[in-house]
Amino acid sequence: MAILVYVEGSEGEIKKSSLEAVSYAAALAKNLNTDVTALVMGSLPADQVELAGKYGASVVLHASDAKLDQAQGEPYASVITAAAEKAGADIVLMAKSSLADSMAGRVAAKLKAGLVTNVVDLPSTDGGFKVKKSIFTGKAFVHAEVKSDKKVLTVSKNAFPASETGGQANVETFEPQLDDSVFRVKVTNTEKASGDILLTEADIVVSGGRGLKGPENWNLVEDLAKALGAATGCSKPVSDLDWRPHHEHVGQTGVKVAPNLYIALGISGAIQHLAGVNSSKVIVVINKDPEAPFFKAADYGIVGDVFDVVPKLTEAVKALR
Amino acid sequence: MKILVCISHVPDTTSKISFTDNDTKLNTSGVQFIIGPYDEYALSRAIELKEGSGGTVTVLNVGEADTEPTIRKALAIGADDAIRVNAAPKDGYFVAQQIAAVAKDGNYDMILMGRESIDYNGGMVHAIVGELLNLPSVSPVMKLDVEGNKAVMNREIEGGKETVEVEMPFIAGCQEPIAEWKIPNMRGIMSARTKPLNVVDPVGTDDVVSFTSYELPPTKGECKMIDASEPEKLVELLKNEAKVL
Ligand SMILES: Cc1cc2nc3c(=O)[nH]c(=O)nc-3n(C[C@H](O)[C@H](O)[C@H](O)COP(=O)(O)OP(=O)(O)OC[C@H]3O[C@@H](n4cnc5c(N)ncnc54)[C@H](O)[C@@H]3O)c2cc1C
Repeated sequence: MAILVYVEGSEGEIKKSSLEAVSYAAALAKNLNTDVTALVMGSLPADQVELAGKYGASVVLHASDAKLDQAQGEPYASVITAAAEKAGADIVLMAKSSLADSMAGRVAAKLKAGLVTNVVDLPSTDGGFKVKKSIFTGKAFVHAEVKSDKKVLTVSKNAFPASETGGQANVETFEPQLDDSVFRVKVTNTEKASGDILLTEADIVVSGGRGLKGPENWNLVEDLAKALGAATGCSKPVSDLDWRPHHEHVGQTGVKVAPNLYIALGISGAIQHLAGVNSSKVIVVINKDPEAPFFKAADYGIVGDVFDVVPKLTEAVKALR
Repeated sequence: MKILVCISHVPDTTSKISFTDNDTKLNTSGVQFIIGPYDEYALSRAIELKEGSGGTVTVLNVGEADTEPTIRKALAIGADDAIRVNAAPKDGYFVAQQIAAVAKDGNYDMILMGRESIDYNGGMVHAIVGELLNLPSVSPVMKLDVEGNKAVMNREIEGGKETVEVEMPFIAGCQEPIAEWKIPNMRGIMSARTKPLNVVDPVGTDDVVSFTSYELPPTKGECKMIDASEPEKLVELLKNEAKVL
């Protein structure tokens, strides 16, 4: 049972969630007594291309065709499938991401493989192949049994730690046939906030809600985030009101996050917001209403006015760092 | 324009989730079922497109007879007719195969659905249908306009958005703010009762994934409260107790 893991780059670097997926692949390979082949696409610095080796891949296939510099589901899915065939892989893994969502299904259909997304633990492999996944937007889990010979899994963020094995991989150039017909979706413009910490990849997230009163007060959220090296998020009404861009909106209908630390400022903690954050390891809530539902989901809480508490908290963080 | 909108039938977002039968079944007592919220965004946009330039909107659900009230709601919102594939939706792959079988000869200009269902959060159906029908698929789509024979869409990417163009036919997994949700009016509700709802048999598929048992996350401990005048205490606890700083 050979394993292929797709490793995603963003802005010249391999994403942390992908290194988690490589570590997951390495742990699974150990249980199954097999090897891990990693696949990297597009142009990336050599040290990033090799990085999967440090986390347990023995081979890195690098598909460096310039046509792949722009990540798109359909062509990427065909390269992953070709790489799985080359590596003789029965199991294809990738980190859950917005890109993975657009290609995992295609890879599964090409391989006639059962697909389980949002996997949170290693599969049990004695007597079948059963794996636990998150469902109901983090409100529960289900054990899924994959019965097909080939299997595709997407690994939830922060569910499995990335750990270095000290290994090294052989990097091989991979040149699959790229048929023009798979480039049917044409990207005409990309707007990306550069320099910011990616919300979905961040270890710490500081989010603001309607309690911040308006976009002019967002420096409170940003200053605390900066002091913590955190990404910033917001509740849905905040993005609906255009105080913040839509891609910062956290929750059931927005981005799902699973950082080590989630700090909610002036957010009530409606169930739809909680659904996007309840996989966070530690939750801190600052809200002036002691009855705010968020306190029920929090590990630490302060009942207080954000305009008063947050600047002091930022100073306390700066004093520590 | 001929649009197919695929809808899921899922527990309302505020539902408290629990399981019965030794954690092998969802406890549906007291749970209200709704059109998947992302699917409802897709449906709303389809109806706007129809209102703008004409055409038809067909809704499709893979589900047993108990999903019909959800399908009728979609008809009340403004879909013209509906198809129900008479089968329990076993997993995303199964659902995608049923959708592809219905859509294969339907000559739809676009197949819209939500980016994911909010029960199993698979997020896979649009891509599998795309592959099975050899059509391009785009997800998650936040804006969708038609210009002649092509669609211009905004797709959310991590940390931003992309504008993409694709020729029809295509498949899109939708999310907000692609359209405003539509509230069915009395006329819609009345006419929904008489709009055609065709029930078709499922096609045979390989059984690739089955769900064996469910589990709830461990219950949270008490929230530790810190006085608003001592934010440094919080920082100390995050560093030394929770070890997240
Ligand atoms: C289908 C559906 C999907 C949804 N999806 C999402 C989603 O993905 N994400 C999401 O966030 N919401 C979502 N919602 C909306 C959700 O139900 C809530 O309306 C929303 O989360 C509330 O945002 P909020 O807490 O920022 O605002 P509010 O509900 O207005 O709460 C503001 C909070 O700030 C506190 N506050 C006010 N002033 C201060 C101050 N000076 N200092 C400290 N605290 C203060 C108040 O006590 C209050 O608790 C969804 C709703 C529906 C119906």
